[in-house]
Amino acid sequence: MENTHFDVIILGGGAAGLTAGIYLSRAKMKTLIVNEGTAGGQMVLTHEIANYPGIESIGGYMLGSTMRQQAQTFGATIFNNSKILSLDLKSDVKSIELARKGQFTSNAVILASGGRSRPLNVPGEDKFKGRGISYCATCDGDFFQDKEIIVVGGGNSALEEAVSLTKYAKKVTIVHQFDHFQALEHYIDEAKANPKIHFVMESEIAEFFGDDKLTHVQIKNMKTNDLTEMNIEGVFVLIGYIPNTDMFEGIVELTDRKEIITTRDMETNIPGVFAAGDCTAKKYRQVTTAVADGTIAGLAAVEYVSNK
Amino acid sequence: MTLQTNLTHVETAAGLENILQENENVMVCCGRMGPMCVPVYGIMEELESEYTNVKFADMLFDTPEAAIIRNHPACSSFAGLPFTMYYKNGEVVKATTSIQSMEQVTDILDSNFGK
Repeated sequence: MENTHFDVIILGGGAAGLTAGIYLSRAKMKTLIVNEGTAGGQMVLTHEIANYPGIESIGGYMLGSTMRQQAQTFGATIFNNSKILSLDLKSDVKSIELARKGQFTSNAVILASGGRSRPLNVPGEDKFKGRGISYCATCDGDFFQDKEIIVVGGGNSALEEAVSLTKYAKKVTIVHQFDHFQALEHYIDEAKANPKIHFVMESEIAEFFGDDKLTHVQIKNMKTNDLTEMNIEGVFVLIGYIPNTDMFEGIVELTDRKEIITTRDMETNIPGVFAAGDCTAKKYRQVTTAVADGTIAGLAAVEYVSNK
Repeated sequence: MTLQTNLTHVETAAGLENILQENENVMVCCGRMGPMCVPVYGIMEELESEYTNVKFADMLFDTPEAAIIRNHPACSSFAGLPFTMYYKNGEVVKATTSIQSMEQVTDILDSNFGK
């Protein structure tokens, strides 16, 4: 029991979870950070972070790695690549069961499970992932040198990456479901000014086709329902993120977008259960806001455990 | 130049050939320090002590020497990093493209190499 009981268990090892871990460990709380992937979360998805105050520019991997080292140096235990099999958040003593590692208990839990790239969920998407369909322009852009590609989406990431992909592709077609973009004005202006970028508005990809790699897509006009086919070898899906809260449904209070509802002290509706970062209901999702959430959740958890 | 991981680094095609000659079961992840690659290295680091019958290694995708993986027929349709290769007795028994989960990796290891 001694080695499997913690003051606080943090579910998620991104910016929010690691920050909470740093604050908790420094406060001498016995802390376990459980991560379903690799520590760093969405930070690792960013090649360069240039708006983190105090650091002019840093790779997302390096920032995440440094946060992980800080948390470990202060004494936090971190389990990476750990799948959660079951969890009990409602009891006074919280418990989680992890694949390959067993059962762990704690006095408080911080939910910092972050988000993941939103898929299109259309036929062929799984089959051609890595064989023409990508969710990371900076990773896979150079596979499409002098080819024609599609970028799906109308937010900041989609328009910014569409411009970036013109370094490689000879033509980039942005397919977007609305008649206007959600991106900030300067991203829109930059994309519209680029002669390699073309726009197919009020449309969506209905299906992906090919043999062992992507060869063409079917595009549906959402106003007329007309279907057209386009020969294409690369499609970048950049339509935002969805919160990783499936495992908390029916346990903590969620919005209709499945984001965790918290108070300003990052408390959920269950005593001793806090939440922080991209899995919570909020407007702005940045590394800085995740760090702020993690700080508050960490300090609130310290107070909760100390007063128990 | 090598990747910033705790895995064995393969720097040359000859180095890979040596590893394949010396080990029956080999998993090599060929990528960059990017968002789709880093999680796979993390999984391999985690599994290294558990799968003692498998040699785990990485290789920098952008080195010319990595052509031995980039141009392998098993990767001909790949367009997503990392390219991950599984070798048994020197032969490719499985290759995957793009990010993989712990479950996907252990399924491949268990079905091709046992534990």
